[in-house]
Amino acid sequence: MSYELRVNPIACTGHGLCAELLPEIIELDPWGYPILMSATVPGGLVMHAKRAAAACPTLALLLNRTGGRQR
Amino acid sequence: MTALELRSRRPPVLRLPRLLAGMSYHTVTSLREHERQHGPLPAWGSSGRQRPDRLIDLVERSGLTGRGGAGFPTGRKMRSVAAGAGKAVVVANGAEGEPASCKDRLLLTRLPHLVLDGITLAASAVRASAAYLCVHGRETGLLASLEHAVAEREAAGLDPVPIQLAGLPDRYVSSEQSAIVHYLNGGPGKPTFAPPRTHERGVNGRPTLVNNVETLAHLALIARHGDRWFRGVGLPSAPGSALVTVSGAVGRPGVYEIALGTTLGQLVMMAGGPVERPQALLVGGYFGAWLPAEVAWKVPMCQAGLKAAGGAMGAGLVIALPDSSCALAETARVVRYLAGESAGQCGPCAFGLPALADAVTDLAYIGGRGRAIDEIACLVPLIEGRGACRHPDGATQLVRSALWAFGADARWHDHRGPCAGVRRAPLLPVPGGADWLDDEDAL
Repeated sequence: MSYELRVNPIACTGHGLCAELLPEIIELDPWGYPILMSATVPGGLVMHAKRAAAACPTLALLLNRTGGRQR
Repeated sequence: MTALELRSRRPPVLRLPRLLAGMSYHTVTSLREHERQHGPLPAWGSSGRQRPDRLIDLVERSGLTGRGGAGFPTGRKMRSVAAGAGKAVVVANGAEGEPASCKDRLLLTRLPHLVLDGITLAASAVRASAAYLCVHGRETGLLASLEHAVAEREAAGLDPVPIQLAGLPDRYVSSEQSAIVHYLNGGPGKPTFAPPRTHERGVNGRPTLVNNVETLAHLALIARHGDRWFRGVGLPSAPGSALVTVSGAVGRPGVYEIALGTTLGQLVMMAGGPVERPQALLVGGYFGAWLPAEVAWKVPMCQAGLKAAGGAMGAGLVIALPDSSCALAETARVVRYLAGESAGQCGPCAFGLPALADAVTDLAYIGGRGRAIDEIACLVPLIEGRGACRHPDGATQLVRSALWAFGADARWHDHRGPCAGVRRAPLLPVPGGADWLDDEDAL
């Protein structure tokens, strides 16, 4: 089972916590909005990705399970 | 020679116009005139003899694709809406966002019954229980004439599902399909985050079919004449006809109905030919692309042909840019306009597009001391693909194509400053565009 990250760009207001918690995958653009360097989350980073998604103040970082029922 | 061979060698007869056949250029076509021209609305509904999903089969076989910009196969879209859970909703999108396009407006102001026929047919095909026709709310005259047309049909009992008119907020992005659904659901009419997609969960959470009004007008004729008739013009890979708006430095700007596959050169000649040596054509619209004239001339008007040349069909817009214009200045003004039309919901669009507009404006009007092109090249990937809708991508695509088509020009501007073309009056129409004379930046 693998996990995939997405940003809801409408909900995101650029708090930038995700880039602090998951710098391996997320960096910030000049305006402070997250850029995902890869959508799929390597196995070793899943816990960190879950933490980043949960920490987002606007719930804009979405972590979806892929393979199986999730699209 | 057999009869079959004879038939296949018969020279092509004049088969166009189809949609615009018998159209009056100064007044709206009444229901009676419409039925005299095209025949009565065929009964595909539950009361009719033919099953509604047969109409979807017919549309699929016809190869009709959306004429609003995305070019998605209409039949497939109808099928997925029909298969959705619950009663469907049909939405006709007549809110033409492109400032230079007027094909949808022409259809709605002159041939409303063709569009309304299409709405009713689509509604019966997907078994919808509600139908909307959306235009810009500021167009009160158009809304009044459409109301009259709907009333004419009500009196004749043509539309089993009543067609409701809706006036959308006056914004470029409000004609994006998720924005329309958002508005019909009581929101401010801004694009929304997907999923859910509108064909799964749209108006009132029901599967929603959003189609451009020209697509629906084609549907009205396909239901009457069949799929083989529809494929009788155009290319096997891109059948049928399409409405295109031609403007810029041509002799007779206007809306033309062409067979798909007509080359851009033929189209420009149809529109009276160039009035000044053209340096490039803007195809597709403000989300489209610049094609250098020498490349553009032989490119066929169809999704695949334009895509191969680096363009896009978009809403069927072609603007000829004369040699005396500065393509970069024109691009800068359009990007500035698009930046102002951002709904402001997504950071990369709200902050990225103004930054991009600044960079392109500097390149065009001031020059870049050799750094402007690199700056633009850095900004583009920071914007592209990072919005909820395609608005930011459209703007970056235009800039990308400008740097490609006018690469030598751009380098000249970057190193030596603006060319003589910036002194010419702007060509591409931008709403509120007269203020190029009292632009804040210029003062």
